[in-house]
Amino acid sequence: MYRYDEFDETLVRERAKQFRGQVERRLKGELKEENFKPLRLQNGVYLQLHAYMFRIAVPYGQLSSRKLRQLAMIADKYDKGYGHFTTRQNIQFNWIKLAEIPDALEALADVEMHAIQTSGNCIRNVTSDHLAGAAFDELEDPRPWCEIIRQWSTFHPEFSALPRKFKIAVTAATPDRAAVKVHDIGLLMKKNAEGEVGFEVLVGGGLGRTPYIGLTIRDWVSKQDLLSYLEANMRVYNRHGRRDNKYKARIKILVNELGEAEYRREVEEEFANQNAWEKVVLPQDEVDRITAYFAPPKFETLPAKSAALDAAIAADRHFARWTKNNLRAHKIPGYTAVHIALKPQGVAPGDCSSAQMRAAADIAEKFGLDDIRVAHEQDLVLPHVKLDDVPAVYAALKAADMHASNAGLGSDIIACPGLDYCNLSNARSISVANEVQALFADPEFEDEVGTLHINVSGCINACGHHHVGHIGILGVDKKGEEFYQILFGGRADEKAAIGEIQGPGLRHEEVAPALKRVISRYMELRISKTEKLADTMTRLGQAPFKEALYASA
Amino acid sequence: MPLLKDGKVVDDVWAFVEDGHELSPGGCITVSLARFLSEHDQLLARNRSIGVRLAVSDDPALLAPFLDQLHLIELQFPKYTDGRAFSQSQLLRRRYNYKGEIRATGQVLRDQLRLMIRSGFDAVMIDEANAEGVYDFSAHEFSEFYQAASDTTDTIFMKRQKKREEKAAE
Repeated sequence: MYRYDEFDETLVRERAKQFRGQVERRLKGELKEENFKPLRLQNGVYLQLHAYMFRIAVPYGQLSSRKLRQLAMIADKYDKGYGHFTTRQNIQFNWIKLAEIPDALEALADVEMHAIQTSGNCIRNVTSDHLAGAAFDELEDPRPWCEIIRQWSTFHPEFSALPRKFKIAVTAATPDRAAVKVHDIGLLMKKNAEGEVGFEVLVGGGLGRTPYIGLTIRDWVSKQDLLSYLEANMRVYNRHGRRDNKYKARIKILVNELGEAEYRREVEEEFANQNAWEKVVLPQDEVDRITAYFAPPKFETLPAKSAALDAAIAADRHFARWTKNNLRAHKIPGYTAVHIALKPQGVAPGDCSSAQMRAAADIAEKFGLDDIRVAHEQDLVLPHVKLDDVPAVYAALKAADMHASNAGLGSDIIACPGLDYCNLSNARSISVANEVQALFADPEFEDEVGTLHINVSGCINACGHHHVGHIGILGVDKKGEEFYQILFGGRADEKAAIGEIQGPGLRHEEVAPALKRVISRYMELRISKTEKLADTMTRLGQAPFKEALYASA
Repeated sequence: MPLLKDGKVVDDVWAFVEDGHELSPGGCITVSLARFLSEHDQLLARNRSIGVRLAVSDDPALLAPFLDQLHLIELQFPKYTDGRAFSQSQLLRRRYNYKGEIRATGQVLRDQLRLMIRSGFDAVMIDEANAEGVYDFSAHEFSEFYQAASDTTDTIFMKRQKKREEKAAE
């Protein structure tokens, strides 16, 4: 994991001090809310329905036990004892007092964390594959480049008042677990014809009101040129992105209105015009220094199979189910990655109590090489666990009630906070997610259904990524009443696709029964148990599922 | 509204002349980009200081042939959320090597002064009672930078490299 040096440390300390001054001016009335807004937003502070919300950056989703314990401390001291992990691998606190946020920022700086650029119209926290460094299917570890992008984008003087927010994701693996095709810029590490590793650059993906799949603007850019090429994209966007309508201000609209070819031409022209002294080139020693922090930990030489694990699986069917659903393949024999699904029945997806954070920190320290990741599915992941230790990890997770066995399944729902917390929202998300989760209360049935991504957003801003769920649920307001539109056919992986709205919205209480009919139809129509719902829909089209959706009894 | 040049309050000797209006006989004047581009021969032939006011959507590249004859370029922040002038300023300074004054006008907030200084502005019109104090505070709020910009190329990345080289030399 990257460790701050004196320079990184100085910056986050100065930032905390700066925000303390700004909050003092706000509380004294010297600073109007209107002028305070952009300042607080760039520190992750939103004004929500009931209170301020504080979003803390977890760069590329990586935490250590020390950091996670500090988040638990913040949850207890400044909030109501829990936090909410988000689809952008960050954590939010929903009940914090403005006057206490500067103290919380100081506490974060103590563990090399911050809330810089977690909101506002700037380059946001860079996200990545939650299995980076552990995955057997990655070209190389993308995290050094995530960290380099984090540093380059922090307080960028030119790109701090963009037309709209800007999200960058990096992956080096197929399948794509970082959803790079639905980001403002997605970077896919790959080799060119000469075998050199660089980046494919996708631009203009995104969800929200107008969902788009990102377009490949450059098939390959070298590591050396990456930051300069990003600057060229950012400058074209900053100068030419629309500012007349915030719903048309994301880069996807610019790319779409200019057309792919013209956008590419403008970026390439800007890139070619950069003077030598305008290039953002890191000394190779500096790249090496940052990369060294992500060197593989000292793995033991172990057999590929664990007798202890196999015995535990044979002895306990609940444990067996959990291992089947929540373990992910690791590149080193004898190791596995463990999904901690923060989606037990009846809880807001992504919510985590301070006690659970401490439990996860303890487990990671004892069994997980002190590495914890936040996945964009709003789960936690322990990327490096010995197979021999899996039974002990499960026992410890169970003691903390963190042993939901549903990773990647029907009840592992992504949902935004919705109308319960958010002042943008039109409808409740958590309650509808909970009712859909209840369809999968029977574990055997849930396993029988298999891989299924259901995503819920409470409004068209799409924080719950409803466009890319195999089944998407979108809350809308019709004359003061909540309705839910259902989408089919979305996916966020390397075959990224935007789901299609099926028809008229359903009432809150109609959603779960309607989806039950859709899932029953899928079970009738699939050719085998391994055919995912998304694949059955691709094979047969959406019509039979739409018919089931609206076939009320 | 106070005008700060390099952080000190100064008198504003510049007057903007609207398109279509007669130029006053003396003093320093700024004109729009369109007017400058159509009348630059006459404007630059007069023995007086000429400046140009760019709109946020104007392309600074159009001024490139004339930059060594211009004394002021005014850039605008119609709202503090509109950051196009940051790119215009960086282009003028770093791509086209403009040395004259770059002045920020419009909604200039003290909390964005640091970004302006970094992007190459050396003058700001700012609605603050203690303008010099506010400027001085904002200019020194941060001591380190990751990005090279118009104010410094001594970035954190370069400082780290220097430290490594010094250590290696020992």
